[in-house]
Amino acid sequence: MILQALTSTTAVAIAQRRAGLADAGIRSGRARMLLLRNTLALRTSNALAFLTGFVEPVLFLVAFGYGVGALIGDVSDGEQSVSYAAFIAPALLAASAMNGAIYDSTFNVYFKMHFQRVYQAMMSTSLGPLDVALGEIGWAMIRGASYAVGFLVVATLFGLTTTWWSLLLIPAAMLIAFAFAAIGMSLTSLMTSFQQLNWLQFWMLPLFLFSGTFYPITAYPDWLQVIVQATPLWQGIAMTRSLAFGVIDMALMGHVLYFMVIGALGLLATTRRLNALFLR
Amino acid sequence: MDVAFPPGRHGWLCPVIWARDLTKSYATKTSGDVLAVDSIDLEVGPGESFGILGANGAGKSTTMRMIGATLQRTSGELTILGHDPQHEGPLIRAHLGVVPQQDTLDTDLTVRENIYVYGRYFGLSRAELQPRVDDLLDFAQLQDKRDAKVDSLSGGMKRRLTIARSLVNEPSLLLLDEPTTGLDPQARHLLWDRLFRLRETGVTLVLTTHYMDEAEQLCERLVVMDAGRIVAEGSPAHLIRTHAGREVVEVRFGAQRSNEVVPHLAGIGQRTEVLPDRILLYTEAGEADLHEIVARGLTPTTALVRRASLEDVFLRLTGRTLVDE
Repeated sequence: MILQALTSTTAVAIAQRRAGLADAGIRSGRARMLLLRNTLALRTSNALAFLTGFVEPVLFLVAFGYGVGALIGDVSDGEQSVSYAAFIAPALLAASAMNGAIYDSTFNVYFKMHFQRVYQAMMSTSLGPLDVALGEIGWAMIRGASYAVGFLVVATLFGLTTTWWSLLLIPAAMLIAFAFAAIGMSLTSLMTSFQQLNWLQFWMLPLFLFSGTFYPITAYPDWLQVIVQATPLWQGIAMTRSLAFGVIDMALMGHVLYFMVIGALGLLATTRRLNALFLR
Repeated sequence: MDVAFPPGRHGWLCPVIWARDLTKSYATKTSGDVLAVDSIDLEVGPGESFGILGANGAGKSTTMRMIGATLQRTSGELTILGHDPQHEGPLIRAHLGVVPQQDTLDTDLTVRENIYVYGRYFGLSRAELQPRVDDLLDFAQLQDKRDAKVDSLSGGMKRRLTIARSLVNEPSLLLLDEPTTGLDPQARHLLWDRLFRLRETGVTLVLTTHYMDEAEQLCERLVVMDAGRIVAEGSPAHLIRTHAGREVVEVRFGAQRSNEVVPHLAGIGQRTEVLPDRILLYTEAGEADLHEIVARGLTPTTALVRRASLEDVFLRLTGRTLVDE
């Protein structure tokens, strides 16, 4: 029995190294293992859903940018005048980052949480709730980034990118995905049925249509503009649009800050909730 | 060891599990606080195979989850390998192998990936895992299913995979919550054989079950739980001797006659238990007693003399049968 106390296997040695740290109870520093798991899982089940995220914004760009755009002509925000396709392209990129993140963090997370019991298995290892939250949200960010890269290539082929600032659309898409995934996962972790998830989904379409995606929000009365400006997709679209048009200003910093704050809040809420669900 | 133990009844210097007045209560909406586990004492030594026996809802799974450091206790003391799960959950879980009651296998991954990825969750390296995953696939007799999806496996194969997966971090304590519930007899025996082998390697086994034969086969020592409390403790043989006796005569007279017959059985056996469908007589000499019953002219419709089992212990202690029939 003395022997038993002294022998430590590798798993124990790894856990022992972290045991004294302040966040040892909630984090092992191995969130990347969720990325490994999700990459392996991608091969079998979620590949098609992943692909849809690439195709959807391109279809919208063709149908609205070039179809409807031919009827509209150029759009002006008072200073610059751009083609309708160039106007909606950054908005579609922001929306696809949002959609990918929400899909991952709601339906996928709910399924893993309640049917596959993947998180229950993870929490019976030395992983902690913050690892799980970071891993899943990180996965949504990777998805957001890959959509952004794909869409950027298409937009460039259509001749819609005019400035090197456009490259920053990739981290911008990741930031949008981070915030939406963090909020989405924290809400999903509170839900007890698929019906409640459908309510979440219910809000996605109006958010997509009315956040200044297809027309400037100056079309709304002032009071409504203020409300729309507080919503996350408008913040995302304002950020991607200003990057796409090379408008680098304080407002841009404001959008970045907005996403960092709500993302951090979502991450905190998710971690607390996972802890309550699986470790209490 | 971080904690100094008061000398326990069993005298282990560093018990694997040590609990005093361990309690878990849940707040419910309808009936206030419910005591799932009601101040139990536990002590399990290194290399023991220890069983927690009880009906559904007795508090077995709750106890297992507290030992597994995935459920916080309400009050009392608990140390696992000298560590307090309240403060050192991840460290304790690194020592443990957990086989939960319901499968938590990852259905998006193959059989081999299930073990490999689980090992990665513990932080084990790819190089370390590769040979070990192979060994575990051999151990679970799943080598030819290595690239199959989990959904295509039978119930017994899934359980074996769950056990193989739980061993990937080389645990010193393996927790098995109802390991063979829902399996057919052949699959159960195959699983027991694997668990026997594990026992020989010195791993401490703690398992819950509501199957008597399983407890008798696998556990050196066990506790009987009822309504959140421990009602008896000892080796299977000791428990049977103390609470049930040597043999049992099971006689059936049909539902109507049963109650009429009971007074006429007076003096036969040491104790009588009247169940809705049959009468049990606890005795030292079953054959002789059965002859006596027949000699008294009380011809039963069916009669059986058998060795007393843990089922009888449970019936005696709780007044209920273990598996609802």
